[in-house]
Amino acid sequence: MTTQSETGLVAAPAARPVGTPRHHVIIFFVLLALLLIAPFVLYPVFVMKVLCFALFASALNLLLGFGGLLSFGHAAFFGSASYVAAHAAKVWGLNPEIAILLGVGAAALLGLGIGALAIRRQGIYFAMVTLAFAQMVYFIAVQAPFTGGEDGIQAVPRGRLFGVIDLSSDFTLYFVVLTIVVAALLGIYRIIHSPFGQVLKAIRDNEPRSISLGYKVDRYKLAVFVMSASLAGLAGATKAIVFQLSSLTDVYWSMSGEVVLMTLLGGMGTVFGPLVGAAVIITMENYLAGFGAWVTVIQGVIFVASVMLFREGIIGVIAKWLKKPL
Amino acid sequence: MSEASNQTQPGAAGSDIILSARGLTKRFAGFVAVNGVDLDIRRGTIHALIGPNGAGKTTCFNLLTKFLQPSAGTITLNGQDITRQSAADISRLGLVRSFQISAVFPQLTVLENVRIALQRRRGDSFDFWRPQKVLSAFDDEAAARVNEVGLSRHLHEPAGELSYGRKRALEIATTLALEPEMLLLDEPMAGMAQADVGLISALIRKISANRTILMVEHNLSVVADLSDHITVLARGQVLAEGTYAQVSKDERVVEAYIGAGHA
Repeated sequence: MTTQSETGLVAAPAARPVGTPRHHVIIFFVLLALLLIAPFVLYPVFVMKVLCFALFASALNLLLGFGGLLSFGHAAFFGSASYVAAHAAKVWGLNPEIAILLGVGAAALLGLGIGALAIRRQGIYFAMVTLAFAQMVYFIAVQAPFTGGEDGIQAVPRGRLFGVIDLSSDFTLYFVVLTIVVAALLGIYRIIHSPFGQVLKAIRDNEPRSISLGYKVDRYKLAVFVMSASLAGLAGATKAIVFQLSSLTDVYWSMSGEVVLMTLLGGMGTVFGPLVGAAVIITMENYLAGFGAWVTVIQGVIFVASVMLFREGIIGVIAKWLKKPL
Repeated sequence: MSEASNQTQPGAAGSDIILSARGLTKRFAGFVAVNGVDLDIRRGTIHALIGPNGAGKTTCFNLLTKFLQPSAGTITLNGQDITRQSAADISRLGLVRSFQISAVFPQLTVLENVRIALQRRRGDSFDFWRPQKVLSAFDDEAAARVNEVGLSRHLHEPAGELSYGRKRALEIATTLALEPEMLLLDEPMAGMAQADVGLISALIRKISANRTILMVEHNLSVVADLSDHITVLARGQVLAEGTYAQVSKDERVVEAYIGAGHA
């Protein structure tokens, strides 16, 4: 090894394109085109479900894959936003966009509270604290009168977007949901590729070193936690409007586990992995529903196989092959 | 690195103390790791902290860098009391530490590693809505600093794929990007192959030109070669101080290092 500076040689840094990699743009437009055709080929409600969970998994991935924080309690944000949106639309009779925004607000506040306490702990303890709080939220959901207990909130009106566009048609609703989800995913993409995202990745890679460079890591961790909680809330609130239902399933711990599974299966820390993971899991649940309780077993086998065979997840492995970040 | 040397600054003669500790003590449950240590680091010197295993070197180091809170005692940096400051704060005051295990950001590229340090100049980076293109303003300087430590060929490789010695070199480039007044190096030669020891030694000497360095190090030949002043710790207390020639002749030091076996 020689230090080149001694020879006075300043090597020209190899050219590297600044900005968004071209293959990301191509994949984005291909995906968008497929999603625009999808409702004409597939059942729109099914695709909307995939979209909501793709957003949910991407929200978790923002925290796990880029912040290095494993939350086992994200159902709390997904579920509480779903309850608030359903309540606002049904009982208060608000427009769907307002109902969804209220749901997101609730999730953000909850995220601020839980996050402020959870980020004091590291690793598995962090995961346990988030799980504990999520169980408290579940308990409240079971007990509180406004959630409807075991029945949940049913027959939520889809209403009219901005008081004008009637959303009762699955078709119309599909394009509204697509807009929300695509906008949110682009938002996540920007967060990951911002100066903030760069610090986030540094903290994920080496927290003590980030501190020694002068970054107050707790503030960054709390910020990304609240962002992730809000986006999970956006997914939950949108889901409540799509299915006209908010139920205990949305806040139950198995929902937290499922979204972690989607993220890991697709590839944590990748941009497109959570979308693929969500699509695979939701498709399995839908098309294997005939197997009843066996779906869980099949999911378990797939999860074990993915951990043994492709630990980086589906997209993670493909990215490794192509030697390009996906 | 700037060509203008700071040799003429006041205090460079050796009278000026940059970092100082008084009565520094750290108690863990039922055990005193560091016990009333007084330490003065002169500006512009390379100061080594040595001692046998369990002497409290690393604890002492973590106290000085605020990664641990002292149970008692005070720490002052340039006359300012920093005893209650956070680790991130003292980095902002110009006191930057390295780590025993090489502290790079493995999934970031070599360029990005250095750029993270340069990014500190923007203050906090909570702007999640801006594209990271705004950071490319730092790219040229980051590349130059990577070049200084001879890693230009690896500029766009993930830091995790570098060899151990190169990771250490990258770590030093990253630290220097903060232009710290003082560096604290935690066992810079730990786990290093002999060929790399020479490389890092040369690098440390080079970067010590206009700054102060405090290092914890086991490799005594490196300590003898590099340091101006040595503090020997044993059982959490200062055992001896002076130049290498002085402390290596000190009976108590020889006893602590060699005598531990037959004591």
